[in-house]
Amino acid sequence: MQVRYSLAVPALAALFGAPVFAAGLGASIEVPRINASEYHRPYVAAWIERADNSVAATVAVWYDVRTKTNNPEGEGTKWLKDLRQWWRRTGRELEVPIDGVTGATKPAGKHQVALADAATAKLAPGAYKFVVEAAREVGGREVVTIPFQWPPAKTDQQSASGSTELGEIKLELKP
Amino acid sequence: MNLSLRSIALAATLAATLGAAHAHNAWLLPSSTVLSKPDTISVDAAISNDLFVANHAAMRLENLQITAPDGSAVKAESEAKLKHRSVFDVNAALPGTYRIAVVNNGAFASWKDKATGQAKRARGTAESIAKDVPADAQDVVITQSIGRIETFVSVGKPSAPKAIGQGLELVASSGALTDLAKGEKSSFTLHVDGQPAKDLEVTVTAGNTQYRDALGELKLKTDAKGQFSVTWPAAGMYWIDASTKDGKTTLPQAKERRLSYAATVEVMP
Repeated sequence: MQVRYSLAVPALAALFGAPVFAAGLGASIEVPRINASEYHRPYVAAWIERADNSVAATVAVWYDVRTKTNNPEGEGTKWLKDLRQWWRRTGRELEVPIDGVTGATKPAGKHQVALADAATAKLAPGAYKFVVEAAREVGGREVVTIPFQWPPAKTDQQSASGSTELGEIKLELKP
Repeated sequence: MNLSLRSIALAATLAATLGAAHAHNAWLLPSSTVLSKPDTISVDAAISNDLFVANHAAMRLENLQITAPDGSAVKAESEAKLKHRSVFDVNAALPGTYRIAVVNNGAFASWKDKATGQAKRARGTAESIAKDVPADAQDVVITQSIGRIETFVSVGKPSAPKAIGQGLELVASSGALTDLAKGEKSSFTLHVDGQPAKDLEVTVTAGNTQYRDALGELKLKTDAKGQFSVTWPAAGMYWIDASTKDGKTTLPQAKERRLSYAATVEVMP
């Protein structure tokens, strides 16, 4: 597991083999290994959608965070629109970077994302979808959706798999 | 005559008036319609049968009008007229929706020369056309025309472009003109002089017409509120076209006004 959080947390996760958050929502997003002569890490967005497709929260956006000054290819924000669904649903209304949400693109592997308790506290009870979208330069685009109920009745784990640009997506729910 | 009119009836009347039938489509083709940061886009402008294949004539860009989301006029960059298409760049710097339009407002006249009885005709503007017709001309017919060929590009969140209020124009009644997606239903309103245009025929044609046997255009009609809806069957660039005529001329000598409209919109997968 390629983890990005503090060392103590994966130790705990290893001990219990369980979600590493106290209560609420957690997810694991797998960026698949792709054999391509020209490979670029994908842009990935993860968000929570209400039943009417409106967005309750953007959980994560991974993009080329370099700016014009240190990237010869120009600003990475230019390609945020290629996360087409996220862009239409909410991306174009947001100003990146967003603290705790946006970050650099990730290498192949499983990446843990957790929603802060403060964000899940704002979710009204009801049906939601956890949506993950990936778009890769000179590659494809894929959207994976996991429906869930909030608040969850019991600790639960749901998963779905992408077929091309996304690997296994796991959603962990804890009441 | 730069206007594009698919309607055979109208083309036939035009042919009779102008002596030249233009059944061709006039179109603008933007390189992008959705931008996540300020950027420069390139636009092709041409007149051809195939959408969007530049294989006939370049569009004249004298009447190119680019309007920024704040209503200010933007000057096109790197403008060039090639053999089969014109090209220009638009620097989209502000958040919101840009309107890129070629507006052709004019008038044409036909008459019989008094001395020889020969049929004569002239083209010009509403202001100049009267001067082109000799005072002793017979059977004078003057017709005004107002045409708009346009496309839209949005930086960040789309905004509603300020209505023109003159001639035929397309207004998004659901979402935005740069916010169309495959499988979704989009509603639009056609306006004539800012008022809903009811019972007007609209055609919606997908681009890449050269790669299919049938044109397969959607023939729609506006309802009593001037509205029509499209459920996009596939992603791609689409051409929305409508034309009509009425008697609302600004020139007292002109009896008829011809209105035409064409917009290029992009549908995302």
